[in-house]
Amino acid sequence: MDFTSYDPAPFYDEMFEPEGRPRTGCDLLARTLAALPGDDLMRRQRSAERALLHMGITFNVYGHEHGTEKILPFDLVPRVVSAREWAPLEKGLAQRSRALNLFIDDVYHARRIVADGVVPRELIESASALLAGCRGLDPPRGVWAHVTGTDLVRDSDGRYYVLEDNLRCPSGVSYVLHNRQVMKRTFPKVFQESRVRPVDGYPGQLLRVLQNVRPRGVATPNVVVLTPGPYNSAYSEHSFLAQQMGVELVESRDLAVRDGFVWMRTTRGLARVDVVYRRVDETYLDPTVFRPDSMLGVPGLMSVVRAGRLTLVNAPGTGVADDKVIYAYVPAIIRYYLGEDAILPNVPTFVCYDDKQRAHVLANLDKLVVKAANESGGYGMLIGPQASTAERAAFADRIRAQPRNYIAQPLLGLSRVPTIVGDSVEGRHVDLRPYILHAGDDVFVLPGGLTRVALKKGSFVVNSSQGGGTKDTWVLADGAAVREALPC
Amino acid sequence: MLSRAAEAVYWMSRYAERAENVARFLQVSLEVTLDVGDPRGDAWPGIIAATGDQALFTGRYGDATRDSVLRFLTIDAESPNSILSCLRLARDNARSIQEAISSEMWQQINKWYLLVREAAAAGSVLDDPHDFLTAVKEASHLFVGLTYLTMTHGEGWHFGRLGRLLERADQTSRIIDAKQTILFARPLDVVASLDEVHLSGLLRSVSALEMYRKRHGRIEHGPVIEFLVLDKLFPRSIRHCLDNAQESLRAIAGTPAQAPRSRAERLLGRLGAEYENAVVEEILAEGLHDHCDRMQLKLNDVGLAIYETFFATRPEAPSTADDAVQLAEAAQ
Repeated sequence: MDFTSYDPAPFYDEMFEPEGRPRTGCDLLARTLAALPGDDLMRRQRSAERALLHMGITFNVYGHEHGTEKILPFDLVPRVVSAREWAPLEKGLAQRSRALNLFIDDVYHARRIVADGVVPRELIESASALLAGCRGLDPPRGVWAHVTGTDLVRDSDGRYYVLEDNLRCPSGVSYVLHNRQVMKRTFPKVFQESRVRPVDGYPGQLLRVLQNVRPRGVATPNVVVLTPGPYNSAYSEHSFLAQQMGVELVESRDLAVRDGFVWMRTTRGLARVDVVYRRVDETYLDPTVFRPDSMLGVPGLMSVVRAGRLTLVNAPGTGVADDKVIYAYVPAIIRYYLGEDAILPNVPTFVCYDDKQRAHVLANLDKLVVKAANESGGYGMLIGPQASTAERAAFADRIRAQPRNYIAQPLLGLSRVPTIVGDSVEGRHVDLRPYILHAGDDVFVLPGGLTRVALKKGSFVVNSSQGGGTKDTWVLADGAAVREALPC
Repeated sequence: MLSRAAEAVYWMSRYAERAENVARFLQVSLEVTLDVGDPRGDAWPGIIAATGDQALFTGRYGDATRDSVLRFLTIDAESPNSILSCLRLARDNARSIQEAISSEMWQQINKWYLLVREAAAAGSVLDDPHDFLTAVKEASHLFVGLTYLTMTHGEGWHFGRLGRLLERADQTSRIIDAKQTILFARPLDVVASLDEVHLSGLLRSVSALEMYRKRHGRIEHGPVIEFLVLDKLFPRSIRHCLDNAQESLRAIAGTPAQAPRSRAERLLGRLGAEYENAVVEEILAEGLHDHCDRMQLKLNDVGLAIYETFFATRPEAPSTADDAVQLAEAAQ
C-alpha cells in the first residue's frame, strides 16, 4: 500500500505527522502497511468483512423486509492511541463519570447544586430527560450511570475534547470486541509487536459491576440482560454481551412482577431476578410509571426498583445529565462535586437559553454547529458552514421559539485516520467512544473504544445511520517496541 | 432456563434437522431418477405429495418437474419447508438465544444460512444440485457435532436433542413414505416389494446402506423397512430416535421413577413402547403409508404436549406461584 501520495494536511492526522513521518507508536503499523501490496490489503479487508458477517455482527436495517441485516462497515486501518495520550483520557473519563453520577444523585434528591447556584433550577426542571418517577430513588452504592460511552473528538489543535456524554444506553461496545478479534487474525504479528492493550476483559468487568450493585441482602444475584427483542437494531450486541457474561437474555414478556419481586419465566417455574442490565429505553420500562403505551415494559417494575429489590443498570433518569445544555455545565459540575478542574475539556458551547449567548449564536449561524438538546444519532442538527441560507433561517426560527432546546458549538476539524478507499488510502474523519464502567467503589475505563469513521469524503458525520463505519482502536502499552516492518 | 429460550433451542434443532433431511431426500431422488429414469413422470409429483405442501406448490409452479420441485424445496423463500426457509427459522431461533448456545454453534448456523442464501442469490442450485445438497448436509453435520462438543449437556442441550430426534423420526417416516410413492403412482398402494435400486436409494438417503448390509446382508423390502423403522442402534431409525428422545425428555423433566409423569412424557413413552414391541410384518400389514401417517400424527401430539408442559406461558400457574411466594418469603 503506497503512502507516498497520502496527504495528512490540513487536519490532525492520527497516524502521520504533517510532514509525513509516522507518529510515535505508529511506525511499525505504517511501515507494515506500506510494505503490503495493494491487492493484499484489499484481500485482507474483504476477508475481515467476511469474518464479521460469519460472526453475525450485524445490525437490523429498519423499514426493510424481514432478514435485512448488515454488517457495520469496518475499515482495516486501525486508529492508534499512544500510552502517553491515553493516560489523561483515562483519568479524565473516570473523573467525569464520578462527577456526573454525584450530579444525577443530587438532582433526584436535595439538589444542593441548585441551592448553591451552580446550575440554574429552570434548566434542570426543563430537561426533557428528567424523570419525575425517579425522585428519591436510591440505587445501590449511589451509582446511576454504571455504563457510559463518552464521545471524544480531536480538533485540528491536536487536543481531545468531550463532545457528548452518553449516559442512558450507550451501544457499540460489541463492535470494539469483534473488530479486535478480526484485527488479531488479520495482522497477528504487527499486533503483537505493537503491544496493543487487550479489550477482551470488558464483559468480565461489566459482570463485576452488575454483581457489585446487587440489591442489599442478596448474596448471589441473578443478573439478566433485558432486550427489546431480535428486531431491535442493537440486538446482536445485547445477545453477545449476555453470552459473554454467561447470563440470561430476557425480553419483557419473560418477566413478571409478583409479591414485590421481579421474576422470569423458566421451564421450572418462576425464578427471581436481582439485577437487570437493561437495553430498553428507560421510558419504556414500566407502563405504570413512564409511557403507558409501552409494549416493551413490565408493569410494576419500578415499584420493585424503588423498594430496593431490583437494580436497573443504568438507572432510569440518567438522561438528565447528558442533556446537551446541562453538558455545558459539566466542568462546573466536576469542580462542585470533586473540587477538581476538569481534566478533559468540553467543546466551547453556547447555551441559547442565555440571552447574550443566543444573540451571539443567531449572529454567527454560518460559523456554528447547532444541536437540539435531546437528539442523538446526528439528527436535529445544523452544520452552519455547510447549510443553505434557508436552512439557517429555519433553524434561527426554531432557536427563537425554543431557546432551551438548543446549543451551538464551533465546527471542529475532526482528526483523520488513513482509510481504505477503493484501491488506495485517504484520510477520513473520526471520533472516539471509550466505555466507562462505574462499579461504585472504582471506575474502569476500557483501554480502547469505538473509533467511528465518516466514510464519505469530507464528511464529519460518523453515525452509522448516516454513512459511518468503524475501526479498531489500539491503545498501546507503555514502551511499545519500535521495529522494522513485519511480514504481518 | 427461560421457557422462551428452551423453546427456541428446541425449534432451532428441529428446523436444522429438517433442512438436512430435505437435502437428503432430494439428493437421493435425483440419483434414483438418474439410475432408473422416470418413464412415467411420477417421481417429482410424488415428492411434492409427500411434503404436504401440494396446494401451495401447484399454485406457485403448476406441474411438478425436476426444476420446479428442486427450486420449491431448496431456495424458495415462500415455501415453508424449503431448505432456505428451514435455515432462516433455525437461525432466527439461534439468534434469539445466542447466550444459551456456544458462539461456535451460532457462527456455524449463521454460516450455514448464508451459504444457502448466497446459493439462492447466485442461482447455481438447479445447475449443480449435488454440490449444493452435499454442502447443506455437511454444514448440518458440523452443526450437530459442534452442539455435541461445545454445549454443556444440560437442560438446554436436551431440549435441542429432543427437538432434533423428534424431527428426525418424523422425517425418516416421510422419506420412507415418499420413496414408495415414487415407485407407485398411487400413494395409497400397499407396497409388496420395491426393487433393489430403490431400496438401496432409500437406505442411502438416510446414510444407512453400509450399516444395513452389516445387519441384514441382502437388500430386501421387509428387512429394509425393519432397519429404518425398528432398528435399535441405527441413529436415524425411528425407534432409535424415539428411545433417545425419551431419554432427553426424562433428563429435562427430572421426574423420579415412581412419580406421576407429565403428559409429554406419557405420550412419548407410549409411542416409544409401541416401536419397542413392534414387528415389521404388522407394519407392512397395516400399510406403510397409513403407518407413517399415524406415526406423524402421534408425533404431533407429543410436540403439542411438550409445548404445553414446558413452553406455554402460564402466568398464574398455581405450583409456580406458590414457589414464588415461598422464595419471596425466604428472601426477606
